[in-house]
Amino acid sequence: MSEAVTHAEHHTSTGVDNRMLMMWIFLASECLFFGSLISTYLIYQGESLVGPLPGELLNIPITSASTFVLLMSSVTMVLAVYGAQHKEFLMMKLNLLATIILGTIFLGFQVVEFTEFVHHGLLLSTNQFGSSFYLLTGLHGTHVGIGVIYLISLLIGSSRRNGLGKDAGLNLEIAGLYWHFVDIVWIVIFTIIYLIPS
Amino acid sequence: MATATTSMSQPHQKSGVWDWLTTVDHKKIGVLYGVSGFSFLLLGGIEALLIRTQLAVPNGTVLDAELYNQLFTMHALTMIFMAIMPMGASFFNYFIPLMIGARDVAFPRLNALSYWIFLSGALILTSSFIFGGAPDGGWFAYAPLSSEDYAVGRAMDFYTVGLVVLGLSSLMASLNFAVTIINMRAPGMTMMRLPVFMWMTIVVNFLLILSLPVITVALAQLYFDRNFATNFFSPAQGGDPILWQHLFWVFGHPEVYVLILPSMGIISEVLPVFSRKPLFGYAAIVFAGVAIAVLGFAVWSHHMFTTGLDTVPKIVFSASTMAIGVPTGIKIFNWLGTMYGGQIRFTTAMYFSVSFIALFTIGGISGVMHGSPPIDTQQQDTYFIVAHLHYVLFGGAIMGIFAGIYYWFPKMTGRFLNETLGKINFWLMFIGMNLTFFPMHFLGLSGMPRRVYTYDSGFGWDAWNMVATIGSYILAFGILIFLFNFFKTMRQEPTAGNNPWDGATLEWATSSPPPEHDFDVIPEVRDRDPLWYDRDNNIQQPEPPEENHIHLPPPSYMPLIMGFGVALIGIGALSHLAMTGLGVAVVIYSIWGWVLEPID
Repeated sequence: MSEAVTHAEHHTSTGVDNRMLMMWIFLASECLFFGSLISTYLIYQGESLVGPLPGELLNIPITSASTFVLLMSSVTMVLAVYGAQHKEFLMMKLNLLATIILGTIFLGFQVVEFTEFVHHGLLLSTNQFGSSFYLLTGLHGTHVGIGVIYLISLLIGSSRRNGLGKDAGLNLEIAGLYWHFVDIVWIVIFTIIYLIPS
Repeated sequence: MATATTSMSQPHQKSGVWDWLTTVDHKKIGVLYGVSGFSFLLLGGIEALLIRTQLAVPNGTVLDAELYNQLFTMHALTMIFMAIMPMGASFFNYFIPLMIGARDVAFPRLNALSYWIFLSGALILTSSFIFGGAPDGGWFAYAPLSSEDYAVGRAMDFYTVGLVVLGLSSLMASLNFAVTIINMRAPGMTMMRLPVFMWMTIVVNFLLILSLPVITVALAQLYFDRNFATNFFSPAQGGDPILWQHLFWVFGHPEVYVLILPSMGIISEVLPVFSRKPLFGYAAIVFAGVAIAVLGFAVWSHHMFTTGLDTVPKIVFSASTMAIGVPTGIKIFNWLGTMYGGQIRFTTAMYFSVSFIALFTIGGISGVMHGSPPIDTQQQDTYFIVAHLHYVLFGGAIMGIFAGIYYWFPKMTGRFLNETLGKINFWLMFIGMNLTFFPMHFLGLSGMPRRVYTYDSGFGWDAWNMVATIGSYILAFGILIFLFNFFKTMRQEPTAGNNPWDGATLEWATSSPPPEHDFDVIPEVRDRDPLWYDRDNNIQQPEPPEENHIHLPPPSYMPLIMGFGVALIGIGALSHLAMTGLGVAVVIYSIWGWVLEPID
């Protein structure tokens, strides 16, 4: 019997599952995506003609806290993946939920930060800092948001009668790749925007 | 006999419109791309004929400047994104599984989605003509001409939105094809036994995967500049229009290799078959293709030699640009080496392939000239560049695509395109193409600028412009002969066997056209030219089993629905936020349906 439909344990030329391979290659394109946005930010650093300027607005202590929250969410994600791979589904679900909550808290921090900046007079259109900062961190936040929805879907899926099926470990691992990538991008953004200039 | 499981919410018809709308079969999706791509080729051709008619005589009155600017912009966008790339995608779709010995691509529904998103993007971009005017700033849309101050109206927003949607389609397809080629090869099909067309495909996919994100960012920044008052490209607020050029060309240069490499792959398949000789220097051709792609990311500023770059960057980019000539030359010599000493069969496909070598070489020579900054200072923005790009894109990419059409037509339809009509088609295209574009070298060297809607008499440009226009009509007539050939052939009964050309690669190991499941038995690969090896070593093909329980992915509505949702998002970005919201809702619904529908 031959199968044209591919799922876990199906033979592949490299031994890596098709979906896992696709996520890796997709993340390569995402590197170029965020690379272009970060390059734009770097090119326009110091080029704003009017304020407010980064030095007046960026709050390193608070953003360090949100960064810590996102990093912790990667820890819980690792634990969720472990749970799925070892069929300890309660561990998987609890850690998935924790990741979702921590990711949402991170997004909350972003919303608060953006609101603060707007109150201090920084809009998309104000200056180069506004344009490049909001576009970069906004798109990053969108990626986190999509990740949160992705994880919620997995959590809902795991609550069904058959759960996530025999692919649970693989599905969580693939989601984990995406989540860690989004976290790593944030580390780069945090370093380049917040830490280095200070 | 193939079976497919169905459910109440899934389509189950095997024929008719719904079959095509819900198909996830790579062969049908390939046909959809091919028909669409060829239709847009005709549209782009009409845009070109209008341009040439306007330029036939000095002070032409066929088009005004406004419409002329839209036409040359859309001619390029149509040909690049809606003709050549989809026709390439058509061959990728149809032949990747067949050539690697698989039954479909890695993600059949994603494959269908790529097509529907392509169609959405193409329709959005083309519909701009009737919604206030098509984009008119050139296909490269340089800032600040593209800003809301100078490009009033929505035309440049159709540009950004249309290209983002088209880019999304290409990205999805590239991910799919890359995973398929890497991960789904038949037993014994090592990477170095892949057909060269497959190598070129995977290289093209990686070019797109790495370059599309860059232009997506640029397009987002332009959209935001125009609609949300950001300052990425507006000098007044500290922005730099040159940033647009950098971001655009970091995509734009790899893009031209995306356009040419598939055709290079096609002729690497056609030449050996009609020379009755294996491809000369397989490894060299493969590595040259990879080298072209890698170097292709290191040359983008050769499009910017006249923007005021510093001397060192100019030298660096000039060196890397000329360096690309080396792997390209390696390929040319290997193709010649393939034919040398072979037993040549002069089929139409062979004519197109051989002409590719000659015409692409001419284009390559003018390209190397542009690679020198002082020479480019004269040539930039003149018809010399127009000559170069059409020799490589028409003489190269299009001739290669036609070679592929004539070569693979029997496999896809079971019928042979008429050879006599094919040769007439070829000669008209060949003569027409050279008459149209060779004089442009002279026009460019004598100073005729690009993108001017008319010119005065007395510059010495009149005669060559007339010759070029006549050439374009001859070329168009050649295309008409092809269409006549196509429709005449499709009315005939299919007569082709499995391997009418005595080809070497796996697509010729199954019927013409292939059954829905492609192969009765997945082949085992022992050599780079599997069919020639098996024939020469008297290896018997395994008998197909009595009963084939081949499980194919069922058709699905979800790609169509999600494509529609993406279209709504795009339309919303051009009109009302509410439409975007509706589009997002449709997409979310379709993701939910997609994830939950059974595929086993």
